[in-house]
Amino acid sequence: MTELKKTPLHATHRALNARMVDFGGWDMPVNYGSQLDEHHAVRTDAGMFDVSHMCVVDATGDAVRPFLRHALANNVDKLQTPGRALYSCMLGVDGGVIDDLIVYFFAEDWFRIVVNAGTADKDVAWLTRLNADGGFGVTLKPRRDLSIVAVQGPNARAKVWQAVPGTQAPTEALKPFNAARVASGAFGELMVARTGYTGEDGFEIVVDNQHVDALWHAFLDQGVKPAGLGARDTLRLEAGMNLYGQDMDENVSPLDAGLAWTVDLKPERDFVGSAALRAKGQGATFVGLVLRKAGDKPAGILRAHQKVLTAHGEGEVTSGTFSPTLQESIAFARVPVGVAIGDEVQVAIRDKALPARVVKLPFVRNGKSLLA
Amino acid sequence: MSIPADLKYTESHEWVRSESDGTVTVGITHHAQEALGDIVFIELPEVGKQVAPGDTIAVIESVKAASDIYAPVPGEIVETNAALADAPDQVNAGPYDAWLFKIKPSNSSALDGLLSAEQYGKSIGA
Repeated sequence: MTELKKTPLHATHRALNARMVDFGGWDMPVNYGSQLDEHHAVRTDAGMFDVSHMCVVDATGDAVRPFLRHALANNVDKLQTPGRALYSCMLGVDGGVIDDLIVYFFAEDWFRIVVNAGTADKDVAWLTRLNADGGFGVTLKPRRDLSIVAVQGPNARAKVWQAVPGTQAPTEALKPFNAARVASGAFGELMVARTGYTGEDGFEIVVDNQHVDALWHAFLDQGVKPAGLGARDTLRLEAGMNLYGQDMDENVSPLDAGLAWTVDLKPERDFVGSAALRAKGQGATFVGLVLRKAGDKPAGILRAHQKVLTAHGEGEVTSGTFSPTLQESIAFARVPVGVAIGDEVQVAIRDKALPARVVKLPFVRNGKSLLA
Repeated sequence: MSIPADLKYTESHEWVRSESDGTVTVGITHHAQEALGDIVFIELPEVGKQVAPGDTIAVIESVKAASDIYAPVPGEIVETNAALADAPDQVNAGPYDAWLFKIKPSNSSALDGLLSAEQYGKSIGA
């Protein structure tokens, strides 16, 4: 039996009594006691996630920018200031999503990409092939010497500054989706990015493997609460953020997964998958669902793969959960074109068809419900 | 060790307590609630329902998973714990107090096939 991969924080997670789970071949914490407490800590204070299973890939060379213009569905020409970041899908020739990722611009000969854990090998192989086929001459370097800690919540940035002296001045003015490289002394060089997967403010911090444990403990000392994959999932769902492998995969177009806003299909743009997207267009609508309560209690829990019955035909829940912040069951669903915000639909849960309303995503922003 | 010696158990992590009036009270074990995580929704059977061992008669949902609860003995549902609807997390806080339902067994040897505390402990590698 192949052993699960471990991040450098593995022993620390066990020491903190984390309940561990296999996530994409990695032994990761799902919670440290209560995923509900961890969720609330991120919405009201500061929580932190070990996301070192994700992979940093550095792309260097003279032709990195044209290479990424070709390889990614979003347009890296939006990145002109060093440190600026972009959320993008990477598509196959048929327009299906190979992965979603964030790309950072640091210099004309250096872009940094962060990809998902379960898809990292596939992504690097794909990029390597595109690079060779197109003769771009780019060097692609997976950085398994680097770890990532995401500190998220209204007090996250302040606690990072308290934990690591010298980080406030170079990062205080960072706008969302921007990063800075900071020489931190005790923890080596850090890449501090104002990004996240929770809908709250905060930093995702890339740090050398040899320093990540000390950095994690420095955050612990400031009262940042360790949070696991369970809380990560309820937070991202409330925030309207897709999960690769569940909300979209290689058989799904970004246009059918609520990601049209991340695709730059201006007429002059030619990237892998663009021809397929132009030919097919949108085939389905991606919406939020809120299950109607029974009185003031949940009537059930929306889950992936449940059938959604609409006036325009049948759809499917792609991700569902119980929302700790809203105290209702929420979901993303892929449904037929024609279904509109405000519509009532039914979801097949076990032997019942329970009513749900169609809402605009996200459900929560900055800790507050956006539901009417 | 959170496996009370005075209860009986099933391999699917239900505990069973014999009451003096001949009914049995059923809940889920500490091991089960810990594996599930924070419980947010419980669906209990209707009173009067006839059940057979192996029937799924209740569902407990945590944030991340739905778990079927099986009838440990054949018989009739005579009572369900209505308080759980408002506070399903009671099952996490006190799994041996937060009972789910009571069954009137249809035969007197119904409990014979259940596990002892020691046998259940072995089955979960305790």
